[in-house]
Amino acid sequence: MFRFIARRLLQIVPVLFVIVTATFFMVRFVPGGPFTSEKALPPEILKNIEAHYGLDQPLWRQYLNYLGRIAHGDLGPSFKYANRSVNEIIGDKLPVSLELGGLALAVALALGLPLGVLAAVRRNSWVDYLCSTTGMIGICVPTFVLGPLLVLFFAIHLGWVNASGWYDWTDRVLPALTLGFVYAAYIMRLTRGGMLEVLNQDYIRTARAKGASEARVVLRHALRGGLLPVVSFLGPAIAGILTGSFVIETIFQIPGLGREFVNSAFNRDYTLVLGTVMLYAALLVLCNLAADVVQVWLNPKLKFE
Amino acid sequence: MKSARLIPPVLWLLTSVLCFTAACARRESAVARGNREGVLHLSVGSEPADLDPQTVTGLADAKICHSLFEPLVTYEPGTLEPKPALAERWDISPDGLTYTFHLRADAKWSNGEPVTAQDCVDSWRRILTPSLAADYAYFLYLLRGAEAYHKGQTTDFATVGAVARDARTLVVTLTHPAPYFLQILLNSPWRPVNVRSIAVVGDAYRRGSPWTRPGNLVSSGPFVLKEWSPHQRVVVEKSPTYYDRARVRLNAVHFYPTDSIDAEERAYRSGQLHATWALPLAKILPLQREKNPALRIDYNLETYFFRLNVRKAPFGDARVRRALSLAVDRDTIAGKILPGGRLPAPTFTPGFLKGYTPPARTAYDLEAARKFLAEAGHPGGAGLPPIDILYNNSEILRLVAEAIQQMWKRDLGLDVRLVNQEYKVVFASRRSGDYQVLLGTWTADYLDATTFLDMWRSDSGNNHTGWSDPAYDALSDRANTIADPVARAAVLAQAEALVLNAAPIVPIYFNTHVYLLHPAVKGWQPTPGDHTDYRYVWLEDTK
Repeated sequence: MFRFIARRLLQIVPVLFVIVTATFFMVRFVPGGPFTSEKALPPEILKNIEAHYGLDQPLWRQYLNYLGRIAHGDLGPSFKYANRSVNEIIGDKLPVSLELGGLALAVALALGLPLGVLAAVRRNSWVDYLCSTTGMIGICVPTFVLGPLLVLFFAIHLGWVNASGWYDWTDRVLPALTLGFVYAAYIMRLTRGGMLEVLNQDYIRTARAKGASEARVVLRHALRGGLLPVVSFLGPAIAGILTGSFVIETIFQIPGLGREFVNSAFNRDYTLVLGTVMLYAALLVLCNLAADVVQVWLNPKLKFE
Repeated sequence: MKSARLIPPVLWLLTSVLCFTAACARRESAVARGNREGVLHLSVGSEPADLDPQTVTGLADAKICHSLFEPLVTYEPGTLEPKPALAERWDISPDGLTYTFHLRADAKWSNGEPVTAQDCVDSWRRILTPSLAADYAYFLYLLRGAEAYHKGQTTDFATVGAVARDARTLVVTLTHPAPYFLQILLNSPWRPVNVRSIAVVGDAYRRGSPWTRPGNLVSSGPFVLKEWSPHQRVVVEKSPTYYDRARVRLNAVHFYPTDSIDAEERAYRSGQLHATWALPLAKILPLQREKNPALRIDYNLETYFFRLNVRKAPFGDARVRRALSLAVDRDTIAGKILPGGRLPAPTFTPGFLKGYTPPARTAYDLEAARKFLAEAGHPGGAGLPPIDILYNNSEILRLVAEAIQQMWKRDLGLDVRLVNQEYKVVFASRRSGDYQVLLGTWTADYLDATTFLDMWRSDSGNNHTGWSDPAYDALSDRANTIADPVARAAVLAQAEALVLNAAPIVPIYFNTHVYLLHPAVKGWQPTPGDHTDYRYVWLEDTK
């Protein structure tokens, strides 16, 4: 197992290298630069600014300088936010996204798993129909509709929570619910599907024949196999949910990394684009690895190879 | 059995309901608390890139800087007359070239040091130092010798027209008479900073110094920086060292960088904000109809207009350009298509700009438009290639472009296509001249016609139309030599008439600043350039 994990971790290095290289050159070929603005700068001033950030050097040298920099863990200064470094911005914003993502994930699992199991066990009953319909609605209603609706009701109409911001624990409720609902719907449907498949298997019949209680059959024997599709979904989903959602962060004005990621591209903040892309890539690879490990652990038919 | 399975979801629901009811009672909103405690909650639209008045370019950044840094001269709200600030009085030489400012004795930095004339000179030296790479350093080219110093032609700052005669006397020499000089001192780049305190935390002459962090920032204005949480809020509190502190009625201002206008509107409605930065287009008309007291419409010195690329056929022909301009029904666009009290723009410079009367124009005349088109050899639009209107992906620009596409099609028989690009891509296309008709905006930097008219000089970096005329440059140069404001304005109006007749630009409408302002906010008097002096603002609960 350790060799498997070590090998996969080593693969991250070339993956990141390819991603950094591709991103570095792609952002440079986009028209407009970090200092392009409505009001044109006199050429002398533009030259001073570009010299300050080393943008006056040939592209290949800038690329090599950048690689040298990231080898030392320095992601460079932000072009947009003059007195902040990319390391600092990520250090500030990532914890916020992790917190929001963690809470949303908790909501998603707490809602999705039990409802999925329930729907599978009470298959084709009103419980199943209710859960499936709710799940379908959850998948279909986009967050940019659900979020403002929740704000309208709980923040504006009832005045219980703030409409936006990230100041105290009450500000966590609506964003976590909005983001969590969507994932809960997916998890519910995947759990239901996985459980239905497993509940028809021979070993479940054996367990029942041996007189195991229904709760034991479902929770102990079936759930482990029924969760497999959920786990493979959760790998990339957790990476997405933890790195922040641009839409949720914008609706609720949360100072997370998702907004920085998208806005840095609009601002042509080259170093911030590269920093966030690298972070996302690394997280995605790590989460996929974790999902693979958990799958082997859950499914005795699989082995580390 | 059944109930056991139901336990997890029921438990979860129960906890969430409990959590919610714990915070259940309608809480006192930030606005209500702010009204009680004298704390103003404002949205500033976007996260400030920095709080260094000498390097910032964004409107949000400037708004916050203005609460922290005092200018030499400010304005009287309402009349917009110059009014003493750091300078208690000033003398102007008869030729309008030399200004002698007498600084007040009680002006202090927030670290207790007095604000001296040398501080002003040091500040201007800092912004003009090439290594600082300040975007708006060219604003100071009005100072004699500043341009040469900034472009590195000399390293002797004594050649620049800013001298501290003694601790409280500052003598400024200009390159040409500029009746707007006292006004321009309001702009961030001109506001003095404390260079000594900047040098303590880093290189004062390079970007990216952390001197603008709370705890490091030394300021001279009515407020001092207390907190800067990126993408959350910037908190400034009443300064105990400000010379006019007796007049300051707010205890603090919280600036929120809300970059979604929908989110800020919701935040306003839930009682988190006293004022929004803007308002979604769809929300304006209903509020206008119900005469909502929170709806605020201020005149803005911002013109929406077309650039016509004269290097591309058929726009090389002035008659075609005139025809296009005459066929734009500005009243319909400003009055019917767009909500928010926008004004039709027969000229490029707004008529409500003080001290300047734009040339009288008939802006909309379909008959004349068709005649010009026929004279150019295209009766009824015959023989003209399809025209592309380029604009960036903003909702309001799309509405305007669609309306004019329809007008030109219906009234001139032209085939018009709309081309939409991301905003920085539009700037790149504009610079490379890769467009036919470009829809854009121009916002005044200061309250004078030259901020609009200097654009169309042949040496302007913002022209981008390919049009130039030595006669226009000559008029503009002549205006710069005239000290008498009335005679100067008349020459500038001649220049404007010239560029409007040549029509490399088609003014469409003057924008307004539409936003929500809570009725509890009193003494709110922004200038047309959107400077708000928070000294005069106070909060009064209307309930």
